[in-house]
Amino acid sequence: MDFTLSKEHLLFRQMVREFVENEIKPVMQEMDETEEFPREIWEKLGPAGLLGIQYPKKYGGQGGDYLAYVIAIEEISKYCASITSGIAAHSSLATWPIYQFGTEEQKMRFLPELLSGRAWGAMGLTEPGAGSDAAMQQTKAYLDGDHYVVNGRKCFITNAGEAKYYTTVVMTDKTKGNKGMSILVIPADAPGFTIGKHEKKMGIRASATADLIFDNCIVPKENLIGREGDGFKMIMQTLDVGRLGVGAIGLGIAEGAIEETLKYVSQRKQFGKTIGSFQNTQFELADMKTRADSAQLIIYRAACTKDAGLPFGMYACMGKYYGATVGSDITRRCVQLFGGYGYMREYHVERMMRDAKIVEIYEGTSEVQKMVIAGHMKVGK
Amino acid sequence: MKIVVCAKQVPDTTEVKLDPKTNTLIRDGVPSIINPDDKAGIEAALQLKEKVGGTVTVVSMGPPQADAALREALAMGCDEAILVTDRAFGGADTWATSSTIAAALKKLDYDVIITGRQAIDGDTAQVGPQIAEHLGIPQVSYAEEIVEAEEGKLVVKRQFEDRYHIIEVKTPCLITALAELATPRYMTVHGIFDAYREKEVKVWTLEELKDTVDMANIGLKGSPTNVKQSFTKQAKGKGLYYKDLSPEDAVETIVAKLEERHII
Repeated sequence: MDFTLSKEHLLFRQMVREFVENEIKPVMQEMDETEEFPREIWEKLGPAGLLGIQYPKKYGGQGGDYLAYVIAIEEISKYCASITSGIAAHSSLATWPIYQFGTEEQKMRFLPELLSGRAWGAMGLTEPGAGSDAAMQQTKAYLDGDHYVVNGRKCFITNAGEAKYYTTVVMTDKTKGNKGMSILVIPADAPGFTIGKHEKKMGIRASATADLIFDNCIVPKENLIGREGDGFKMIMQTLDVGRLGVGAIGLGIAEGAIEETLKYVSQRKQFGKTIGSFQNTQFELADMKTRADSAQLIIYRAACTKDAGLPFGMYACMGKYYGATVGSDITRRCVQLFGGYGYMREYHVERMMRDAKIVEIYEGTSEVQKMVIAGHMKVGK
Repeated sequence: MKIVVCAKQVPDTTEVKLDPKTNTLIRDGVPSIINPDDKAGIEAALQLKEKVGGTVTVVSMGPPQADAALREALAMGCDEAILVTDRAFGGADTWATSSTIAAALKKLDYDVIITGRQAIDGDTAQVGPQIAEHLGIPQVSYAEEIVEAEEGKLVVKRQFEDRYHIIEVKTPCLITALAELATPRYMTVHGIFDAYREKEVKVWTLEELKDTVDMANIGLKGSPTNVKQSFTKQAKGKGLYYKDLSPEDAVETIVAKLEERHII
């Protein structure tokens, strides 16, 4: 058992930190205020290789691994969870099903664009009536000659309006329930496909979130991923992979908040001394650091297990669940240490606390993660 | 075009703090980086390669851990990396350093050698020009821009105190890069993984350089200069602080003080 990062992972982390320092830190606060999707930054993510880290070079990826991917998500999330929410949607949810279940022709058609960042991706799963109960899909598709006709609506879709490809879950046979689901890659310019209004959110305000609306939308049948009816199985596996990155978002936010707080408590004086010299502050920060490091270990283990080709699903769930938990818990406590200043938008911890909340909700709520973990444990069986 | 860049691994001096009690530098835990001017040189070399074709080889002299700086250069896109390292080269001043690096360069084929202007841990700006002298090739120091590049010649904009020089120089030649010469690109992700998993850093010790090196001019013994003492400048007096003066009064007070001390 080795708890040290390899030299290549350390150098990779250094590269991500340089990118964050130059490209993200200067604008992160403004991005939150304007609620605008930061296209200029996204246009730099691809050339830097940050949109295809864990995929083979053959398809335009970088030939890295999942450990590198979670390190990138963690590092960027320390300063901006809006961007990493989009990266996770792009790199895991939109891209992975194509890579894992697509034909060679489909991989060559979609992956080079997605992995290089010439095109961005999104995933359409959630619907107004299908959240945690993902099987309640209402969006329907039927085959009509050489194309599918899609009707329905997806909601809360990350990267909506910005993505070129939407990896979308549809019901191809409603009578079969879970076994009637399929996955289609729907291009942004498909006839009958429109994007709903931009949602205004509590946090991750610079990520694009909107509905996908399909009104007799025409999708070439060559865009069916895997077989008709295998959609649910494929999507569950996709979510397992996606959780690796999402846990790292919560972790990164927590670490970023601790970093901000450490600076603050060594400057802020009350009762004639810095608040960092009070034992309450020290105990709070020691406890937070221990929790954040625990989350990091769980998440890194999940990523390394995936890289080793071993079953990682439960570890990924634990990482997602605990990463989300420390994100919310630690940011709230950091705001408390900041006192009134922490409630002001001028200080980053205010934004971090708002951003952290979503990690307990999207890509499977914390409750859903616990259901899955309990399932792996065969609780009550 | 065969381009060789000389790069040095240095402590990140922006991260170095002073021990308030002893007034010495605290070097523990200070990260090592590629010297900024050298990194600009690497970038300039990569841009030159992209423009006219060719290869970029990066050479560093230093202890074994300088391997990390060379891997970083590979991750930026350099084709080859050579680490010149041997205990016999240790303790070198600028003369012995440039003699050793020149001995390594003599074993390589090159059209252009790029070095940084100076290293942030020594600030001498001597090694680059000395290498050119050892090799007997023309040099352009303080390069701010490579204006033109073609087979057999370069046109370089050289920064001078109060003017610029546009210099046409025949290759092979050496230029010393200012940080302004080029803004270093990010390492690429695949470059980082390849740098460790697929590429190698060649290690050249005294053994490899024995035909080209002059034993009298390397290491501590071959160094005509040595640092006798190194100390931090003592802080001067506390300074004077005038509060709550109007701008007019402030000017008058400061001017009066300067006159009193015969500074003006």
